[in-house]
Amino acid sequence: MGQFNYWVYVVLIIVGLYGMMAKNNLMKKLIGMNIFQWAIILFYISIGAKKGGTIPIIATTNPSATVRAIDYINPLPHVLMLTAIVVGVATTGIALTLLIIIYRRFRTLEEDRIIKALRK
Amino acid sequence: MVNDLDDIIIKFGSRIMIPFMQLYGLYVYVHGHSSPGGGFQGGCIVAASFILLAVAFDLNESKKRLKEKLNTLFCAVGVFIYTGTGFLCLVAAGNFLDYGKLSRILPVDTFMARYYGMAMIELGVQITVMAVMVSIFLDLVTRGQHEDVLGPRP
Amino acid sequence: MNTEHFPALIVVVPLLLSFVVFAVGLVRRSLCLPIVILTLLACLGFAIGILQSVLTKGGTVRYYLGAWDPPWGIEYAVDHLNALVLLSIAVVSLLVAIHSRSVTAKEIPASKHGPFYTLLLLQVTGLFGMTITGDVFNLYVLLEIASFSAYAIIGMGEGGAPFAAFRYMIFGTIGACAYLLGIGYLYILTGSLNMADLRQLLVPLYESRVLLVGFAFIMVGIAIKMALFPVHTWLPDSYTLAPSAVSALLAPLFTKVGVYVLLRFLFTVFDPSFSSQMFPVLKVLGGVATIGIIFASIMALAQTDLKRMLCYLIVAEIGYIVVGVACANRVGLIGAILHTVNDIFMMACLFTVAGSITAYRGSRNIELFRGLHRTMPVTLAVFVAGALSVVGVPPFCGFFSKWYLVLGTIHAGQWVYLGVLLAGSLLNAVLFFRVLEKAYFELRDESGHAEPHGRKRPLIDRIPLTELGPMVVLALLLIFLGLFSNNIIGDVIEHAIPQTMRIH
Repeated sequence: MGQFNYWVYVVLIIVGLYGMMAKNNLMKKLIGMNIFQWAIILFYISIGAKKGGTIPIIATTNPSATVRAIDYINPLPHVLMLTAIVVGVATTGIALTLLIIIYRRFRTLEEDRIIKALRK
Repeated sequence: MVNDLDDIIIKFGSRIMIPFMQLYGLYVYVHGHSSPGGGFQGGCIVAASFILLAVAFDLNESKKRLKEKLNTLFCAVGVFIYTGTGFLCLVAAGNFLDYGKLSRILPVDTFMARYYGMAMIELGVQITVMAVMVSIFLDLVTRGQHEDVLGPRP
Repeated sequence: MNTEHFPALIVVVPLLLSFVVFAVGLVRRSLCLPIVILTLLACLGFAIGILQSVLTKGGTVRYYLGAWDPPWGIEYAVDHLNALVLLSIAVVSLLVAIHSRSVTAKEIPASKHGPFYTLLLLQVTGLFGMTITGDVFNLYVLLEIASFSAYAIIGMGEGGAPFAAFRYMIFGTIGACAYLLGIGYLYILTGSLNMADLRQLLVPLYESRVLLVGFAFIMVGIAIKMALFPVHTWLPDSYTLAPSAVSALLAPLFTKVGVYVLLRFLFTVFDPSFSSQMFPVLKVLGGVATIGIIFASIMALAQTDLKRMLCYLIVAEIGYIVVGVACANRVGLIGAILHTVNDIFMMACLFTVAGSITAYRGSRNIELFRGLHRTMPVTLAVFVAGALSVVGVPPFCGFFSKWYLVLGTIHAGQWVYLGVLLAGSLLNAVLFFRVLEKAYFELRDESGHAEPHGRKRPLIDRIPLTELGPMVVLALLLIFLGLFSNNIIGDVIEHAIPQTMRIH
């Protein structure tokens, strides 16, 4: 139980996967997908944290002082996850638009009813 | 019965907050290089101000202040600014997005040229993000029935 | 012109011009398609320039974005494998864009043409970027760009298309997020995101369990994007219900770029000995691919919908390529790479024909093929060219790549793979001859009237030249690629094989 950030994200991924696979309503699948994506983003950010590290902005009060990287938390995962958050937002936007079109065409958001309507 | 006066607290509060939200969004963008922030965050905050206007008042209030066609154009303009900066670096005989070479075009030294290059691309990112967020919101709220931009639905 | 900046331009120019198309589409709709075609012509020029520079340099052409040296900056690295796939993408996307003019006019309402072409160019941007980048996180970003454009543009179709696009989105997001998780593990171990840098940094870490988990996640993510059995289930629904131009663009290209990413990871980022000796990845991939070939070929036989049949064929072709990779020797890998390139053109051929027939007849049923040789003879001839190439008849290109694949399985001593390859070809032959028999040898046309023998009708294809021209060019390219296979293998593919495998 040493590194509990891994346990947290594993639980969240499993919750998200359960939502995506086992639920019938398309909106719940979308929420499951969102949880899945945010779990991975949280995981990435958690790997950048360091014990006793401060925020990664170099104070310019003393320009000649040496900067030790070990004092600051790792900013690279944060930057990568900015992109991943944008990707998550775009995914949600596209998914919601598709859901609107589906609802307009089929009048329902339940997956089994849509499949039955398509098979006819 | 719903009266106009029922929303007066929300309307009054949001009327005060919205200009400050937009100013804060610009602040977050400009200070992106030295504190948490940047283009994407600033764009989201500015978009949130327009969404607050639409939620607190009427959707048409928001559309009056940010026309839908202009919004759609902003999506493209932001990308043009971003890639335009990149091409400017190509013209200045550097690699793509090599801001250091901008010092040959702008009257600054290499260090500040990098700073200005980053500021320019973050501006492009902010404009696009703001426009896309507002456009997603409009799309969802009107259930795809806004007719200004793409013409009447078939 | 100085070809130094082409690697960046080939990604940036379609990105920029897709938004130009979007802005222009608000004002004047008829200008959208000419801008798209000009952009793709420019990209074809860039791709040819990149291939030439790789051939003259004889090694990897590297381009540093922002002039930051790797591993701090993002680099674009083009070697022989890359350049070949880039050229194929450029050629096929240009031909499909020309073909799409009349097909799109029938299927997409005119007010949506601006966004449609925007998404098309964004899709092509994503595909080019995935192929050319040398940074694993940049690959994720461009993979998502390509995927989003695919979800959105598939959702523009009729009927159940948005639903198929939604299910594709759910599935595809699992794949992309698994890939992201995998490269997160690699980043934890090494602190680097550059492919060439990872290659060096990972060598002493091959026994680590973290690496194994990361590698497994990456493989799962790539397998989902590549439509390898059993995670291929998103493919038949979405590509069948998509608009015709979209399936003609996506079906040849998207899964093959996924195969390219697989090759890149197995042979560049990780040493080839990792996947063949230390960890039985290639055995697992080979086993899964063999089941996939048989499954997909049998499922294809059961379809009455033309495009769905071709979609299962894509899954079978991916199976062939992965079997070639799984042989783990030089000949098998040559066969896999050659088959990737050939399959891009074969599937483009078949799907453009399917799109034309669907748009012309308004339905996708195979029964449409009855008597088709009277009304659409040239189109059907193109279909025959594609069909013979898939089955593996010389001088079409499919014969040469299948020959190398079979030779690879013999060299590796994998008799199961050999049997499956031959059985798959037999099933493909049955599949296509069933369709062609309906088309050429039925005496009744689809309205049920029997044609008396010997009555001559004028041979006119009732589709415009912009639709017919690209299909004929694709069919001729199949023959061209077949005749020049030796040159392609000798000049380009041989150099793409990693050093440690050349002795086999």
